[in-house]
Amino acid sequence: MEIVITSAGDKLTDKFDLRFGRAAYFCVYNTQDKTSKFVSNDIVNVQGGAGTKSAEKMIELGVKRVISGDFGPKAKQLLNKFEIQMVMLDESDSTIESIIAKISK
Amino acid sequence: MSIKIAIASGKGGTGKTTVSVNLFHFIKENITQSVQLVDCDVEEPNDAIFFPNYQVQEVIDVNQLIPTIDHVKCTYCRKCVEYCEFNAIVIIASKHYADVNPALCHSCGACAYICPENAIEEKAHLIGEIQPFNNSCQPPLLEGRLVIGSPMQTMVIKDLVNSSLLKADIQLLDAPPGTSCPVVATLSQTDYTILVTEPSPFGLHDLKLMIELLHEIKQPFGVVINKADDQFPEMEEYLLKSNIEVIGKIPFSTNYAYLYAQGKILQNISEDIQKVYEQILTQINSKVQIYA
Repeated sequence: MEIVITSAGDKLTDKFDLRFGRAAYFCVYNTQDKTSKFVSNDIVNVQGGAGTKSAEKMIELGVKRVISGDFGPKAKQLLNKFEIQMVMLDESDSTIESIIAKISK
Repeated sequence: MSIKIAIASGKGGTGKTTVSVNLFHFIKENITQSVQLVDCDVEEPNDAIFFPNYQVQEVIDVNQLIPTIDHVKCTYCRKCVEYCEFNAIVIIASKHYADVNPALCHSCGACAYICPENAIEEKAHLIGEIQPFNNSCQPPLLEGRLVIGSPMQTMVIKDLVNSSLLKADIQLLDAPPGTSCPVVATLSQTDYTILVTEPSPFGLHDLKLMIELLHEIKQPFGVVINKADDQFPEMEEYLLKSNIEVIGKIPFSTNYAYLYAQGKILQNISEDIQKVYEQILTQINSKVQIYA
């Protein structure tokens, strides 16, 4: 299964980004083979609709779970519709690797 | 030719409605019957509360055109997504999903224009209402009312200020608070703007934003200091230094706040209040001619 963790940078040592639609990168982590890749969020600076567009991206990536600080109503609606699980984590100081370690336990 | 005067403030609660309702009353009493009060605070219109005898005459729908996508014709080519400036369209080809989010759509029509399959049709979507009071030909009071949950207040205000029902010689536009799009829409075609402020740090801060806006859109204005007392001299120091005209000062009065809370500011108007508004009207008349 692939899951996304919102990230402030494109390395495993970078900080977790609490924002979903405005996250700088999406870390796509594969729970089977334990690999990860970073996808840049090219709509991070749009005026409106970042949540909707990011949700669209999650659906296209085919991930089953997204870990972020919170999700706006429009993103929530779309992610719900396509049965992508939303996990809210209030840990702005955590790094991506520490979150991966946590969910791999 | 009609004269449009907007009453705006920046900060909420400074007295836009109080000043609007009073000006309407005194113009009607002393100058002309051909005056209309237009409540542009479409998120929470409240001018009507002060006119218990006025009755709503009709309800005019304000619609926004929202595109709908025909799933049979759509080939998921994403041209509409590329053309949408507002990220309102979601197309996921692998899931055969195509939908428009009305909360993000600005009804520009670009998606319908570009769709090579003619799969997009624009349909009316209710976002608000315009309610004329008391007279269906030249209503003395009109209000805009946004549908709860709709973010399209600017669109409702545009319809309201461009309504063919606005035809009195003097039109008073009671603006929403703030300095963003809904306020700009209210001020778009006015001849003069009255900025109502209060002597407080917050009042001054937002007044400055409002003054900046009026300079930007190059419109004449004057300032009314409401709830005036001696507690915050910085307000008048600033206005004096910036060479901004104060066209009226309404003294602070707890009793007046009681009357307002009961919706009774137009009953038993005190002589002091009467004088203040007569002075404000004289000042306005020196900018835009309101006395015939």
